Amino acid sequence: MVEELLFFMEVLVGGLLAGTMYSLVALGFVLIFKASATFNFSQGAMVFFSVLAFCGFMQDFNIPFVLAFILAALLMVVVGLCTERLVLRPLMNASEDTVLMATIGLGYVLEGLAQAAWGVEVRRLDLGIGDFPVPWIADNLKLFISALDIFAGLVAALMIIGLSLLFKFTKIGLGLRAVADDAGAASSIGIPLKHIMLLVWSAAGVVALVAGCMWGARAGVQFALVDLALKALPVLIIGGFSSIPGAIIGGLIIGATEKVLEVYIGPFFGGAIEGWAPYVLAIFFLLYRPEGLFGEKIIRRV
Amino acid sequence: MKPVFMTYTKKDLTNLGVCMVLSLIIIPTFIKTEYWYTSILIPWLCLALATIGQQVVMGYTGQLALGAAGFMAAGAFAMFNLILRVPDLGFVGSLIVSGLIAAAFGILFGLPSLKVRGIYLMVATLASQFFIIWMIDKFGWFKNYDSSGIITAQDIVILGKPFTTPLAMYFVCLAVTTVLTLLAMNMARGSTGRNWMAVRDMDIAAESMGVSLLKTKVQAFAISAFYCGVAGALFAFCYLKSLEPVAFDIKLSFKILFMCILGGLGTINGAFIGAAFILLFPVLLNAVGNNVFHGAIDATIISSIEQVIFGLLMIVFMIYEPLGMAKLWENLKQNIKLKLTSSNKKT
Repeated sequence: MVEELLFFMEVLVGGLLAGTMYSLVALGFVLIFKASATFNFSQGAMVFFSVLAFCGFMQDFNIPFVLAFILAALLMVVVGLCTERLVLRPLMNASEDTVLMATIGLGYVLEGLAQAAWGVEVRRLDLGIGDFPVPWIADNLKLFISALDIFAGLVAALMIIGLSLLFKFTKIGLGLRAVADDAGAASSIGIPLKHIMLLVWSAAGVVALVAGCMWGARAGVQFALVDLALKALPVLIIGGFSSIPGAIIGGLIIGATEKVLEVYIGPFFGGAIEGWAPYVLAIFFLLYRPEGLFGEKIIRRV
Repeated sequence: MKPVFMTYTKKDLTNLGVCMVLSLIIIPTFIKTEYWYTSILIPWLCLALATIGQQVVMGYTGQLALGAAGFMAAGAFAMFNLILRVPDLGFVGSLIVSGLIAAAFGILFGLPSLKVRGIYLMVATLASQFFIIWMIDKFGWFKNYDSSGIITAQDIVILGKPFTTPLAMYFVCLAVTTVLTLLAMNMARGSTGRNWMAVRDMDIAAESMGVSLLKTKVQAFAISAFYCGVAGALFAFCYLKSLEPVAFDIKLSFKILFMCILGGLGTINGAFIGAAFILLFPVLLNAVGNNVFHGAIDATIISSIEQVIFGLLMIVFMIYEPLGMAKLWENLKQNIKLKLTSSNKKT
């Protein structure tokens, strides 16, 4: 009995920590959605692009770790700048769906550019933290939890606290929220819309880079990262598109349910239900609470 | 324009005539190489049909769906099992029933559209994509317990006659596509299509005018999935000649989405233009890579460039012409007409 319980705990904790990895990707979506009510479908491509650039700088040019990270972050700022100038500004007055389709296009551009510049083969990314159980926890609590998972959880927690504080207590955060609420009204009282957009897209780019590093260290830096990032969508639906804490809670729920279902129910169906279980969970959430756990209620007028 | 035959105008009948002459007489007489049939014309017709399905739900009804390939897989595997297990149904019967099976999936996964829209709906339809592929992959019955993963499709036999040469398969695809395209045009022009468009333009307003959202949306999803299912069956039986779930992955869904958007949302001819463009452009790019640069550019780089160009086109079209290539074609025709009439006036 105790062993079964321990095994369940292990599955649950592993799932929760893996869920923080989804949260990291989801965070990027939330940032942009919060500030511009735009759904950025290219976030997954940004994750892939940024971490491939990071690896490229490190492995092809032998640039040290920290410098390569800064360069990759700067590159994401440039990407944000170009996106704001070339894609978002011309589409300022277009409908939501049009902007969404344009970001799908943007995702394609980023994926293609990344592969053209740095090749298609899988790259290894070593963060110096192994993806193996921490001996101390294994000895004392009899739980096998990967060090990388714990590190990812810590990073996610730090980023979420930082971003929440930024949104809540700084002038920039206030501006961001004003723009999200009503871009026209915000710009008419003198909030610099362009700067805010640039800032948000750069921040989303850096978040993508961090998420990419975590995923890359686990699964290798490869094209499949883009598909993994799709799993951030159910996370967002459960947590709500405009809530930073929602992104983390949603990630935890998805991570835990997916692992528990896979281990306990998966064998009856031949396994690999991880692929669709999060989406079906999201559908149930959509039917009962379309705005997600922490999202703002969507009100539409004729 | 006055209708001359049933409800069709003179222009409709001329267009149909031109298309028929082109596809039935000119193409078979002038194109003799098998490559054109097996690698371009047949997939073009199949994918155009799937794109019409995507158009119904996205272009006409305005519901952002991203699961066309899942429904195609459902259609393809339904077809395989029907021919295998219910041989009396015949090819055409199986094709219709497999479309209906795909439509049932369409209804099931279209239900969330009653509650949500936009990106939320996109996620719900992604569930269909992953679920259908997983189901086919995991339950051996669908694949007739074949362990190799790739099943050879049965030969097409209609009324006792085998249709196995590329040209014959082309005619099969052409016949199915023609019938379904005409049907789609009729639906789009009739009250069905008007309801779809009313829901697309403003669902709340449409509902308050007496359009049933439940009926309209579910109908659109069912019809869309029917088209995708039939297209998937043709795609597997005439083009791939084998059945494997991997062929219907999320990439194909995106491809069909691109065909739909670049071709022109809410147009039937856009489906054909978009499918032709997405299919032919990589061929053209490869030809340029091989002949101009003599293979100096790596094939992976070429495919990356192709992706970048598709993405850029998507952005450019969204900014400058959200109605896609069908609208460009329309504008071109207008301009030519205008030039002709003005030059006539001078003389």
